[in-house]
Amino acid sequence: MKANLAAFASGLVFAIGLCIGGMTPPSKVVGFLDFTGQWDASLAFVMGGAVAVYAAIYPLARRRVSPLFVPAFSIPSRNDLDGGLIAGAALFGVGWGLGGFCPGPAITSLAWIGAPVITFVIAMCAGMYFHASISAAARGRSPRTTAVPPAMVDA
Amino acid sequence: MHNFTPIASLAGGILIGLSAAAMLWFDGKIAGVSGIVAGILRPVRNDWQWRACFVGGLVAGGFIMRLVEPSAYAFTIPRSSGAIIVAGLAVGFGTRLGNGCTSGHGVCGVSRLSARSIVATGTFLVTGAVTVFVINHVFGGSL
Repeated sequence: MKANLAAFASGLVFAIGLCIGGMTPPSKVVGFLDFTGQWDASLAFVMGGAVAVYAAIYPLARRRVSPLFVPAFSIPSRNDLDGGLIAGAALFGVGWGLGGFCPGPAITSLAWIGAPVITFVIAMCAGMYFHASISAAARGRSPRTTAVPPAMVDA
Repeated sequence: MHNFTPIASLAGGILIGLSAAAMLWFDGKIAGVSGIVAGILRPVRNDWQWRACFVGGLVAGGFIMRLVEPSAYAFTIPRSSGAIIVAGLAVGFGTRLGNGCTSGHGVCGVSRLSARSIVATGTFLVTGAVTVFVINHVFGGSL
């Protein structure tokens, strides 16, 4: 219960940060990615601020035996650079530049109930589900019965 | 066109960093939105509730900002429905194949100096910039 409340509150603050920071309007994102044109560097400040705060708190959190509301940390431990990582990130970047949305701002923008963002989120979920189906088929199982999906913990 | 907003963007970034740090401190989780959403689409017993709460918080935060500033965060972009659908599919499939997006790799992963996240972040920034360059210079800014 406490863990779920903390997740809700974190999501809420995250969304407010995205809006204030300027991550939600796709045109602002495209302006940030337009390095050779009239580059709007604002979003570099979003990333800089977020990284500075998280990098400061991360080592303090990891010094704890466990998180406050759950028994254990779920932190990815992989360090290998595989083709899937690079191909996936490359494809994500193309979609990000094309639509101006990454996943967090797209979900947050659902609050504005506009047709483009609803279309985008449905297509994004379809893309995620498509990937889950392919990787499950590769393992010879259906996506619904996969017990512990290795890709569940991000980054 | 948008104005350069370093102060607001830095403030927003600090809030995002605090929120992601709270996910780690309280729930022991990486605040990676693509992974959180994917775990709802393909639910695992007792591991989807916190994800649904985080996503609910994102939408609730959006509604709060909508009440505060009804038009400030409106999304206008010269893209057709077809382009939006292709973009969504690419973002959905790409973030799963690459195990993360701007939040999981770009914020959490880069902060903890994960080699995978640093490579992923560099990659999606470059392909995003190339995509915008092509749209602006080959297709005249709309698609």
